[in-house]
Amino acid sequence: MTLQSNANKNPKSSSRRKFLIRGSIGTIGVLALGTYVFRNPLRRTVLEMAETLVPPYSGSGTEANLWFEITNENSIILHSPKVEMGQGTFTGLAQIVADEMEVNMNQVMVKAAATDTGIVDGMSTGGSLSIAQLFQPLREMAATMRLMIHQEAAGLLGVAVEAVSISNGVFSGGGKNLTYAEVASKIKEWKLPETPELKPISSYKYVGKPVKRIDQLAKIKGEPVFGMDASLPNMLHATVIRPEHVGATLKSVDTTNAISMPGVVKIIEQEGWVGIIANSFPEALAAKRKVKVEWEKSKEWTEEGIRDLLKVGNGNKMITQKEGATIDSDDPNATIYEFTSPIGAHAQMEPNGAVASVKDGKATVILSTQVIGITQKQVAEALGLEPENVNIICTYLGGGFGRRLNTSHAVQAAIMSREVGRPVKYFFTRKEEFQNDTFRPPTHHIMKGRLTENGSLEHLEHHYASGDVAINSVLMPAAMHSVLGTDVGAMRGGNIMYNAIPNYRAVQWHTTLPFATSWWRSLGLLANTFAIESFIDEMSIKAERNPVEFRLEMLSNDEKGERIKNVIQKAVAMTDFHSDVSNNRAMGLAASIDAGSPCAHVVEVSVTDQKIKVEKVTCVLDCGFAVNPDQVKAQCEGSIIMGISAVLHEKMTLKDGRLYPIIYGAYDMALMKDAPKEIDVHLIQGVDIPLPVGEPPLGPIGAAIGNAVRRITGKRLTDLPLKL
Amino acid sequence: MKISFIINGKNETLEVDGNTPLLWAIRDVLDLKGTKFGCGKAACGACTIHVDGQQVRSCSYPVKYAEGKKITTIEGLSNGSELHAVQQAWEEFVVPQCGYCQPGFIMSTAALLKQIPNPTDEDIDNAIINVCRCGTYYRMRKAIHRAAEIQAEFISSSSVNADK
Repeated sequence: MTLQSNANKNPKSSSRRKFLIRGSIGTIGVLALGTYVFRNPLRRTVLEMAETLVPPYSGSGTEANLWFEITNENSIILHSPKVEMGQGTFTGLAQIVADEMEVNMNQVMVKAAATDTGIVDGMSTGGSLSIAQLFQPLREMAATMRLMIHQEAAGLLGVAVEAVSISNGVFSGGGKNLTYAEVASKIKEWKLPETPELKPISSYKYVGKPVKRIDQLAKIKGEPVFGMDASLPNMLHATVIRPEHVGATLKSVDTTNAISMPGVVKIIEQEGWVGIIANSFPEALAAKRKVKVEWEKSKEWTEEGIRDLLKVGNGNKMITQKEGATIDSDDPNATIYEFTSPIGAHAQMEPNGAVASVKDGKATVILSTQVIGITQKQVAEALGLEPENVNIICTYLGGGFGRRLNTSHAVQAAIMSREVGRPVKYFFTRKEEFQNDTFRPPTHHIMKGRLTENGSLEHLEHHYASGDVAINSVLMPAAMHSVLGTDVGAMRGGNIMYNAIPNYRAVQWHTTLPFATSWWRSLGLLANTFAIESFIDEMSIKAERNPVEFRLEMLSNDEKGERIKNVIQKAVAMTDFHSDVSNNRAMGLAASIDAGSPCAHVVEVSVTDQKIKVEKVTCVLDCGFAVNPDQVKAQCEGSIIMGISAVLHEKMTLKDGRLYPIIYGAYDMALMKDAPKEIDVHLIQGVDIPLPVGEPPLGPIGAAIGNAVRRITGKRLTDLPLKL
Repeated sequence: MKISFIINGKNETLEVDGNTPLLWAIRDVLDLKGTKFGCGKAACGACTIHVDGQQVRSCSYPVKYAEGKKITTIEGLSNGSELHAVQQAWEEFVVPQCGYCQPGFIMSTAALLKQIPNPTDEDIDNAIINVCRCGTYYRMRKAIHRAAEIQAEFISSSSVNADK
């Protein structure tokens, strides 16, 4: 039996909800609460939201959005609308369910909802929003579920509701016990209570505690199924020919020598791509090498060509922040610095791919994706099917980092399956991953500042150019662009947080590049904060001021300013921060605020033989209420190491019109030897709700390292990756 | 061609092209999916397994060379229900995030500890060169040192028992 509610339009409502009951195999009861409707805000609100707030969980828009199942073994399965890509969301959700439903952690399971078996997020899993968005709705839902079954249990036990106690998923009263499963199976008519008052956070047993990840034992044993591990009976294996050259399109294809290769079942030519379907993956790959392809190349793109295209002053201009006056372009007292960041690859460990089965007007696609609902629509549209005939099943993700916000390759897998009438598994080779990524766009920044006579900043300007992040993404319909006027993804971290400066502004220049650029963990934050916080540090040196005091006096006295000051002061106190250099070793400080979570890092860096090494990172993050402090720390550690990799190592370059490198190693990434041996994370709860965690710590890392290198070498490094 | 080997203690004979990478024989023929495909060029270590006790990147190891050898994958690392020392340490430090690269790292670490039972940080830097995109290296290093301790405790308690 399955219960499902109708939509409830009020995001904060705890009012009575209407439930539907429907059959479901192998389970007893499922309950869902109302949809938290995303209200299309006006431009200003959206821009503010991009900077500070957590948008409400959007759900599917039309249906109930959270599901429980109670199994006969008295365990609770939550069909999560958000997916697990390493961020620990499933564990946080399980903690909430366990506490509000009075069951043990080991009685809770969390699965990614499939479009057929649960309600998926209509937008995405991303933006570090999963726990922040679901915390309140899930508490309400679980509490309502518990009360509803509690009341039924009282009836079945023949005692008053007050006389029934609940522990470990068992209701006790009148000397008898009933499990959740037993109560649920006996209910004829569900009586829905008002949503009860939620437990105070202080009374939770699991929420707020460093509970171990619910998926870790399976992951340690190599058991979880990722997209790459999915299979269906009678499945074939496929590979797809994609362009190596930027902007190349398919001109002609000759499959004569490929079709007779061992194991080949079929080769299909489609608009813009070729699919080779064989009995095994090595056979498909071998046949692919025999396909002759001619490409139409409009232009041989070069590194310089991209840099000419992508620079401040070029493209679509939008002032995203403006206070006071601007700096005159010929002001002799102005200090001006330029910064750049390169094209970045996602390089997530699990390649993209999908297992698809299309038969009798129905499609099933199994894959790792951050956009289940959108992928369903894409596959339905491409195949001419109704969305309800397309089931998207999401596995564990072998890394997301924004790469899987574009999983349109599900369509290719589905078309290949349709063409051979059998299930088909297809995935990218690593070379294809590197050359056909939806890259982190390169950026160009011009920072301008002017000091007063007593060494305070009176003008600060950030002019920045970026390729697409949000624009041209499936998450942002084209119509939104004219409403927003700017790329809200590229804008992350682009505005000035030092609101006590009398004159400041931020100006975005947007250009769509000839290769796909899109979301990469923390979006514009990494490069924008690198530019702003490097420049701030340089100005403090120019003013001969202490970099901490210099920053603190530019922060406003409102709540946001105080929370930023707080993380800076804490990081300074924890490290006895100073500007001295000894043995080619020094500290660097930087701070940022992203999606409402301020973060400060103090890094200790050494320089040996012109090589920069991060020895220690002290991170202070104000993430609000931490549902799982250990996993929040894990996200900080991961962000810091991914950030070190991006700012000291990684870079894609254009050569002969192609993007290189095409393999790990050549694409230089931080390895064990490059990761700091000490990472000290301190969490501050500046507000009493959970805030985004997975991306904010990426902000300050680049500038903090650059600022330390400046102390040691006297050189201000302005281009990522930082090299001496 | 026919290839026979022992994998996780079990005799297997496969009928495959001898040049097929061992990874695909393990994953797609034997259906052991814990060993991962990351790059296909022995550059990331996600496919690391043990062949006759040595760590091998199975994506670039032709299956024909496995003839008559003993293979261990992540599925065969633990001793029944008792986790291997490396897995125990991984659990203690809550290492995995997305988890995709973890079997490769765990297999590499297990091989390292066989060779160097108590590795220094430098040994770890030199030997553990797999790629983890979630950035779990910081916890991994702690877990590797802890695994060495667990292994040493196990060896000393076994030798005490053996003396009795």
